[in-house]
Amino acid sequence: MPRRKGAPEVNAGSMADIAFLLLIFFLVTTTIETDAGLDRMLPPAEPPEDVDVVIKQKNIFTVNINRNGQLLVEEEILDIKNLRKEAIAFLDNGGDGSCNYCKGRKDASSSDNPEKAIISLKNDRETKYSTYITVQNELVGAYNDLRNREAQRLFGRDFTEMEAKYLNPETPSAERDDLKPKVKRVQELFPQKLSEAETSVN
Amino acid sequence: MAKFAKKKDGDLPAVSTASLPDIVFMLLFFFMTVTTMKDSSLLVQNTLPNASEVKKLEKKDRVIYIYVGKPTREYQSVYGTEPKIQLNDKFADVNEVGSYILAERAKKPQELQNVLTTALKVDKDANMGLISDIKQKLRQVNALKVNYTTYEGDAFNNLQ
Repeated sequence: MPRRKGAPEVNAGSMADIAFLLLIFFLVTTTIETDAGLDRMLPPAEPPEDVDVVIKQKNIFTVNINRNGQLLVEEEILDIKNLRKEAIAFLDNGGDGSCNYCKGRKDASSSDNPEKAIISLKNDRETKYSTYITVQNELVGAYNDLRNREAQRLFGRDFTEMEAKYLNPETPSAERDDLKPKVKRVQELFPQKLSEAETSVN
Repeated sequence: MAKFAKKKDGDLPAVSTASLPDIVFMLLFFFMTVTTMKDSSLLVQNTLPNASEVKKLEKKDRVIYIYVGKPTREYQSVYGTEPKIQLNDKFADVNEVGSYILAERAKKPQELQNVLTTALKVDKDANMGLISDIKQKLRQVNALKVNYTTYEGDAFNNLQ
């Protein structure tokens, strides 16, 4: 034969196998993970100029964590399991009667209203991080519980769910615009005032 | 017998698998594009604590990560067992946190530079002293939004 046949056609039957192999590799290595955690704001490095704001002692809820992970809350030792309850009682107290949605004891020796109530958190340098996160979690949880209660009363749904929806970039913007004032309103009812003092050295 | 064997036209035609590679390639490209390879390998032990009141960290491009924990076993002979800070791919000192944040911030597009979050991925056995130092440094460079990254779970599990 003077002329040879053209190059034989390559069998593409195994193409699918190769593609499958790659697919499975990427399936296995893919981690579509979104991290989650506790959001906090640090205080600015420069304190504001008018520092002579007087805060009454009764409006401050002091939480001290020592190096062994024990809590000293308002000068008394407290089990960490009761922290959320105590924090809620303090925030929800409404001592001066100006807070008409508070359901607390209206104890004159505790906080005036949620606007003024400040939680002060102090920890030792040797406190374990896990203990610190637990305490942070309970304090944020106290705020969330109260905000959920108010959101249920005003809008019939949970605040945490509304906020998550508001912060989620996949939520349609019309819905986000609708949620924004609601989230703001509930946040203003119980503003998160959590101050963290510098760590004590000993 | 022959009656059955002859019946050829009634057979179902074989399903054409010619488009199978296309479908598979489509899936392949999808996973190739959504895959994010871990950009920094961990040099520190990183068992995060649990928390229940968590918020999701959306938008990865707005997050700067700081890892803290004991060096993993292979580095313990060199770096000891005290918790250390890991920035990108190497161990760092507390004093380098500020400049790291500034450098990372400069890399981001202008419009994102004010909305960055610092994610602190801290091992649950670390001490607060180091974390407090990092927090001071973050305050100095005005990176005030932090996220203590945790696993979702019951916070009281941390105490055991």
